[in-house]
Amino acid sequence: MTEPIVQYRDVYKSFGDVKVLKGINLDIHAGEKVAVIGPSGSGKTTIIRMLMTLEEPTSGDIIVSGENLWKMEKNGKEVRANEKHLRKVRGDIGMVFQHFNLFPHMTILENCMTAPIHVKKEDKHEVRERAIQMLERVGLGDKIDNYPSQLSGGQKQRVAMARAVVMRPKIMLFDEVTSALDPELVGEVLEVIRDLAQHEDMAMVLVTHEMDFALDIADKVLFLDEGVIAEQGSARDVIEHSQNERLQSFLSRFRA
Amino acid sequence: MNTTYWSWERFFEALPIVLDGLWMTIFLTFASFAFALIVGFIWTLLRRIPIKPFNWIVTWSMEFIRSTPPLVQLFFIFFALPVIPVIGITLSPVQSAILGLGLHYSTYISEIYRSGIDSVGKGQWEAAKALNFSTMDKWKKIILPQAIPPTVPMLGNYLIILFKEVPLVSTITVSEILLLANTYGSRNFAYLEPLTIVGIIFLVLSYASAFLIKRLELRLNKRFDKNALAKSS
Repeated sequence: MTEPIVQYRDVYKSFGDVKVLKGINLDIHAGEKVAVIGPSGSGKTTIIRMLMTLEEPTSGDIIVSGENLWKMEKNGKEVRANEKHLRKVRGDIGMVFQHFNLFPHMTILENCMTAPIHVKKEDKHEVRERAIQMLERVGLGDKIDNYPSQLSGGQKQRVAMARAVVMRPKIMLFDEVTSALDPELVGEVLEVIRDLAQHEDMAMVLVTHEMDFALDIADKVLFLDEGVIAEQGSARDVIEHSQNERLQSFLSRFRA
Repeated sequence: MNTTYWSWERFFEALPIVLDGLWMTIFLTFASFAFALIVGFIWTLLRRIPIKPFNWIVTWSMEFIRSTPPLVQLFFIFFALPVIPVIGITLSPVQSAILGLGLHYSTYISEIYRSGIDSVGKGQWEAAKALNFSTMDKWKKIILPQAIPPTVPMLGNYLIILFKEVPLVSTITVSEILLLANTYGSRNFAYLEPLTIVGIIFLVLSYASAFLIKRLELRLNKRFDKNALAKSS
């Protein structure tokens, strides 16, 4: 197997006195679809927020495409990464948030165009074309000139996904992207994720409570429990063959 | 009582004399306000520098400026500053007025900027980071376009308050409307008409500006968010 594009090496994270992650070791390979499941408060979201550089690990290393994300060399010594280093390394990573975080002062199309144009300095017309195509793909081709406030939650989340994909990340992070939605809107968002999982070759990490969906699309499932990866493997392995009692009791809560 | 206290003749005699100072009052209002907008922005930047002792000095300086009366500051800048060794500089009355009023109001303006920035949700900062914006672009494209519109009505209110404080500078010999009205009064032993004129000028202009700001506020609210929602769905 090739070198993984993301490696967590003994990563710890505490918020004050609360130890959220206690030694995470994890490889994510190019194109791999990873689902992170586990009870709330187990640190699922923190894992991907550290990769997006929204939280700094308390200790340990996260390696992205061979570069240490949170540390850099300076005069032969390893020091804390500065913003310049973080910017360089996180360029490969994209994220979709629970609460969408669309830019309210921009139209849907502008939301999808601003980063490729201003961050990646790509050609405006080319970006526009690509953004429109992407918005059509998520079923919002007729809304491109609307503002986010004019959309439903499900539509907003689809825009957020289009906005992230237009940046062409190598790794896409999904942070409980259906948790803030009304139940009847969850389906349309999952459909887009499924489409991305099947047709895009970027790696995807999904933190989710949509158990059946996660197990269905994921190459690898992580069960996170009390700050450690308690179980990992293919969906089939994890569900059918795991002897982990806490995992079994966690899964049984999702079986009616 | 055989004297008439009010004379229309004097009123119309004083009117052009007092109005002569109006341009100065308005000029000082906008010049001081522009100065306050810029210095307020610098305060806001300085306060974001995450070095504790430095932060403490900045906060304390602002508190000091805000807690001393603008009149004292004007007197200090105009009368006391020139006699201080080394840093002492002599400023013209108009320069002193702009510096004094501008500096005093910059501390309030900075507070408004901060409230505007704080009103931008955490999710917006995170989205800007996730899309890998540079620090400069993050402010220019994402944060400020959202932070500024809600502050416009507040800034407008401070503009009106500042406008009403401008007569303070008559004490440092700037020929604005109050000084001219006073001069007319002392020359003719008649203060009622010129000072009434000053009152009317302030009433008319403050009221008109407040009205304009209200309109502006409504229009800003109408832009993105709430009303857009009502329009489409």
